[in-house]
Amino acid sequence: MTETGAGDQARSVLKITDLVAGYGGGDVLRGVSLDVAEGGITCVVGPNGAGKSTLMASISGLLRPRLGSIELDGRNLAGMSPRQVLRLGVVQVQQNHSLFRDMTVRENVELGGYILGDRALTARRVRAVYEVFPDIAGWAGKKAGSLSGGQQRLVEFGRALMLEPRLLLLDEPSMGLAPKILRTVFAAIRQMNAAGTTILLVEQNARAGLRLSSHGVVMESGRVRLSGTGREVLENPEIGALYLGGAVGAG
Amino acid sequence: MTALLRTEGIRKAYGGVHALDTCTVEVEEGTVAGLIGPNGSGKTTLFNVITGYAKADAGHVYLAGQQITNVSPDRVFALGIGRTFQLTRIFASLTVLENMLVASPNGRAAARRRAMEQLDFLGIAGHHAELAGTLSYGQRKLLELAYVLVADPAVILLDEPAGGVNLSLVNHIADRIRELNAAGKTFLIVEHNMEFVMGLCDRVTVLDSGTVVASGPPDIIRTDRRVLNAYLGEDLDPAEDE
Repeated sequence: MTETGAGDQARSVLKITDLVAGYGGGDVLRGVSLDVAEGGITCVVGPNGAGKSTLMASISGLLRPRLGSIELDGRNLAGMSPRQVLRLGVVQVQQNHSLFRDMTVRENVELGGYILGDRALTARRVRAVYEVFPDIAGWAGKKAGSLSGGQQRLVEFGRALMLEPRLLLLDEPSMGLAPKILRTVFAAIRQMNAAGTTILLVEQNARAGLRLSSHGVVMESGRVRLSGTGREVLENPEIGALYLGGAVGAG
Repeated sequence: MTALLRTEGIRKAYGGVHALDTCTVEVEEGTVAGLIGPNGSGKTTLFNVITGYAKADAGHVYLAGQQITNVSPDRVFALGIGRTFQLTRIFASLTVLENMLVASPNGRAAARRRAMEQLDFLGIAGHHAELAGTLSYGQRKLLELAYVLVADPAVILLDEPAGGVNLSLVNHIADRIRELNAAGKTFLIVEHNMEFVMGLCDRVTVLDSGTVVASGPPDIIRTDRRVLNAYLGEDLDPAEDE
């Protein structure tokens, strides 16, 4: 692992140490350590099979890691259920579209707050979501299924904000979206961050993701291979070897 | 011109999205060719067009100079293009050997012998009586390859043969491909495992957004700026920077 970077002064919301995890057949994550700085956007990139999605599943409780720790504000999440992790304020927006298509946009957003169990609080939070994303207010009465892919993504973001997450996990939000729409989605990520949300982003479009982010991490073969500021990582010539094969530094 | 398999200017759109756009790829006889590119770049779509599983909107596919564009999958197979799938297609509740014999037109004994030879060559003959559903993911890929080999195709298209397979089996698969290639088989391989592709292929073609952005020997491809650009993605807002 190459430490290229500054910016570690900020407090860590999430601290992952020596994480080992996989699916029966073998370990996909082979000793991953990384920090997510409070108030920032940390972007994880890497070639197919690097372990990015496995990392997300481990954090959100969908996969129980074999070794290592995942500390949220000092509390170990490893081995907790997804429900417990959610209650602690870690909210994931998954890769595939996940709105209830036959329900209205407002109903979908409200569902993001179902564990709040408080109508007045839910209504306040919906208003707060509309403040971050005024567009969503405009679609409130529409069936979610009638929205475009990019619009649905925005509503998914809004739904995730209902819990005022301590940490927002975004798993490849650009998946399947046209370049023009991508721009809107990335702007939305920036808006959520500007509104105070700490974000851990896994992104396939490495260039756009790293450029957006305060911190960047490149994973390859289940390990963190580069880290630093988003820009440092993007400009590190070793990133080429990590994507296209060949030992780092040899290519 | 010695291209055994050639696609010329293939276009294929799904609901307005261009999966392939003037895609021209050549595979020379007796070579192992690689087809790489980021997710969604059109690799599997090109396989589908070549093998008749998807219809090209425009362009042509040639096998040994003969036009085979939009021919049905069974016909393509009969003409000598065999193919495996990214997610293996086997009958889980049949035995390994039964899977091999499903489409066997020959006399039983001969077909059986031939099937066992292929299973033996790929190192899974010991599992012939087991249900295919009990095989590991990597072994299923070997079974699928064995099945394809029985038909003795001239060109074999492999869709992610090393994906999700453990390292020793990856090396085993690579060795078998080398052996088959030495015996004259031509390959076109889609694969994300770069060590596998770069170590095995004579020539690598890179797709991005359905178009060929580079084609050449692995060493050249590995250091090609356009290829890295394809993998790192499009810069959305270069001007917005700081």
